[in-house]
Amino acid sequence: MSSHDAILKLKDVAKSFTMHLRGGAQLPVVANVSFELDKGQCAVLGGPSGTGKSSILKMIYGNYRTDIGQIWLREESGWIDLAKAEPRRILALRESAIGYVSQFLRAIPRVSAFDLVVSAASEGGLDKAAAEQRAAQLLAHLNLPERLWSLPPATFSGGEQQRVNIARGFAGQHSLLLVDEPTASLDAASRARVLELISERRRNGTAILGIFHDDAVRREIADHVVDVTRFAAGVNG
Amino acid sequence: MSSAPVYNFAYLDEQTKRMIRRAILKAIAVPGYQVPFASREMPMPYGWGTGGVQLTASILGAGDVLKVIDQGADDTTNAVSIRKFFEKTAGVETTSLTGDATIIQTRHRIPEEPLTADQILVYQVPIPEPLRFLEPRETETRQMHALQDYGLMHVKLYEDISRHGHIATTYAYPVKVEARYVMDPSPIPKFDNPKMDMCSALQLFGAGREQRIYALPPYTQVTSLDFEDHPFERTKFEKPCGLCGATGVYLDEIVTDDQGGRLFVCSDTDYCEGRRGHETDGGVL
Amino acid sequence: MTDAPLIQANGLTRYYGAHIGCLDVDLEVHEGEVLAIVGESGSGKSTLLSLLSTQLPPTRGEVSYRTRDGVSRDLLSLPEAERRFLFRTDWGFVHQDARAGLRMGVSAGGNVGERLMAVGWRHYGRIRDEATDWLARVEIKAERIDDSPKTFSGGMRQRLQIAKNMVTRPRLVFMDEPTGGLDVSVQARLLDLIRGLVSDYGLAAIVVTHDLAVARLLSHRIMVMRNGRVIETGLTDQVLDDPQEAYTQLLVSSILQS
Repeated sequence: MSSHDAILKLKDVAKSFTMHLRGGAQLPVVANVSFELDKGQCAVLGGPSGTGKSSILKMIYGNYRTDIGQIWLREESGWIDLAKAEPRRILALRESAIGYVSQFLRAIPRVSAFDLVVSAASEGGLDKAAAEQRAAQLLAHLNLPERLWSLPPATFSGGEQQRVNIARGFAGQHSLLLVDEPTASLDAASRARVLELISERRRNGTAILGIFHDDAVRREIADHVVDVTRFAAGVNG
Repeated sequence: MSSAPVYNFAYLDEQTKRMIRRAILKAIAVPGYQVPFASREMPMPYGWGTGGVQLTASILGAGDVLKVIDQGADDTTNAVSIRKFFEKTAGVETTSLTGDATIIQTRHRIPEEPLTADQILVYQVPIPEPLRFLEPRETETRQMHALQDYGLMHVKLYEDISRHGHIATTYAYPVKVEARYVMDPSPIPKFDNPKMDMCSALQLFGAGREQRIYALPPYTQVTSLDFEDHPFERTKFEKPCGLCGATGVYLDEIVTDDQGGRLFVCSDTDYCEGRRGHETDGGVL
Repeated sequence: MTDAPLIQANGLTRYYGAHIGCLDVDLEVHEGEVLAIVGESGSGKSTLLSLLSTQLPPTRGEVSYRTRDGVSRDLLSLPEAERRFLFRTDWGFVHQDARAGLRMGVSAGGNVGERLMAVGWRHYGRIRDEATDWLARVEIKAERIDDSPKTFSGGMRQRLQIAKNMVTRPRLVFMDEPTGGLDVSVQARLLDLIRGLVSDYGLAAIVVTHDLAVARLLSHRIMVMRNGRVIETGLTDQVLDDPQEAYTQLLVSSILQS
């Protein structure tokens, strides 16, 4: 039964890698992935590493190809199957509907931390002043020292880079946020700040799908856990 | 029987003259457009006016009176040689008086005395292509003319201003003909450019080595290229001619002694002599 | 976002005698979109760029372009005058060798001003102001405006070439290995500049490169070419993170190892 509030539905999704450089070896990752997520809900993908949790997030975001199955996303004009959407459509949805916070910041040379966050906020539809205000608010909330704001993050420490990355991820107005270990190397205070951001976004109706290894965090924020081991494909289960 | 060689009238054979006249007619029909023609070997080196000589030979009639000038003077080697050439091969009357001539062949000047409707001015042209400075490919410059793709001409003038603060091109200053073709007026001083505009005489341009003929029919609009904030300016001379006292004419600088003495005098020798013959008011000599 | 593509090619094919330059290529690029064409030398990517920019006639196939009046025009039957007009207004072409895109005998300011003069600008002061402005945007100091590009470093020449193209606010820029032959630090600065211009001006671009890092940083979509054929195409991060074809996997793995 699908809920009226559902925003994301995966149906029978399967993924495997063909390793052409290893004689065409097939590396199955997941199969028969089916679950749903409602507006304002937070679901956590559970299971040991290597079970394909990140692969599922990447298929939804579109940086992995979906071999089989459908990934339905509800947006303004109705439901769209991300597994078959045109590249251009995916790019547009990444600005408006699907956000992604990964573990690693892909820094762009010579762009300051502040400008990175401002541009993410602008892509979400805020005007310049509002985007700058939002960026400042997020960086301050995540305790990134203000002297760093005007510097490119390439030289920052891992934790600092991660906070910039989280600010970027939360700067937009996406209705679905995919988060991959956002709190991994953060201290307790920063982790609490990130969880506050997640709660705030959920109150505004954003659905969150995430990977969290920290059990305490998982218990605190997850409405339900999607057990990825159920979707194990082939020998890698 | 005489063993002296017998030349056809004005040296060129009649077929060649016809070919050149056809090119001239086309050039007149498309003012400023460079018409290719099969330039002949002439009994003089390239650079000595082979293009102009072929034009003159093709339009010359037995009743014409020919004047030849080089940098405004009738008595330089080049002018004297070409005059003698036609005296010998066509037996036409020659003159140094601008007003008496029906055809004037010139290198690098336009006479000061206004030309009339029954005169033809024949220019000797070394490089007919005004775009060559910036675009060496002939195939490309032809396309550019065809499509009026003339931005490059202004790049040349832009470079002048950026380097010198003003348009420093003082001769072979490019012009636009009837708002269509950009044309090289041959290396006349830019002082002479305004004389080409709406001129009563037919003006023909011949480049022998380059095998091109182009023309300005009488009363053709000829505009010197410029910028709105750096308009074309005619060269001005501070003093009158040191010999005849004329003002508003083009002057040459001549060195008068070993102490650095200098004198500015009319470049158009016939004009200067004419003034001194009739009125001896302002001259210093 | 307009639905009609800015440039569109169907079945674009070019033979060099019996040899295939590029075979049956279909593509679309929309406004504001950057497409990277990747592949090794001889893969046909440069042939494709020449075909798309109408510098080389195809053996068969079609290319159409949506001009500013909103009409899609068949580029192959466009009169030469209109084709040239496109080239000096709506299009840019950034060559790998800046000397091919610049007039080396003309000052930096003259190079940038050329397109303006070609479209009828006749006020020296305004041309110069615009050139100064564009030099600043590509990070060339105003005091270099009267210097010849011969005195510029490779990176500066490339930035000058970009300014020369951008001065008429083109909607589509073709780039042929724009960072090729430059030092790594110079490349990074140039890529950053191009990325900024693309997003600030909503440029569409077709970038030919053998460097996947360039494609990753600049492009939205990638087309992988081999032996004149398109073998894989898709979102840039999808093609690079999850390459499907054996050859693409080889390309990606070669980069990661270096």
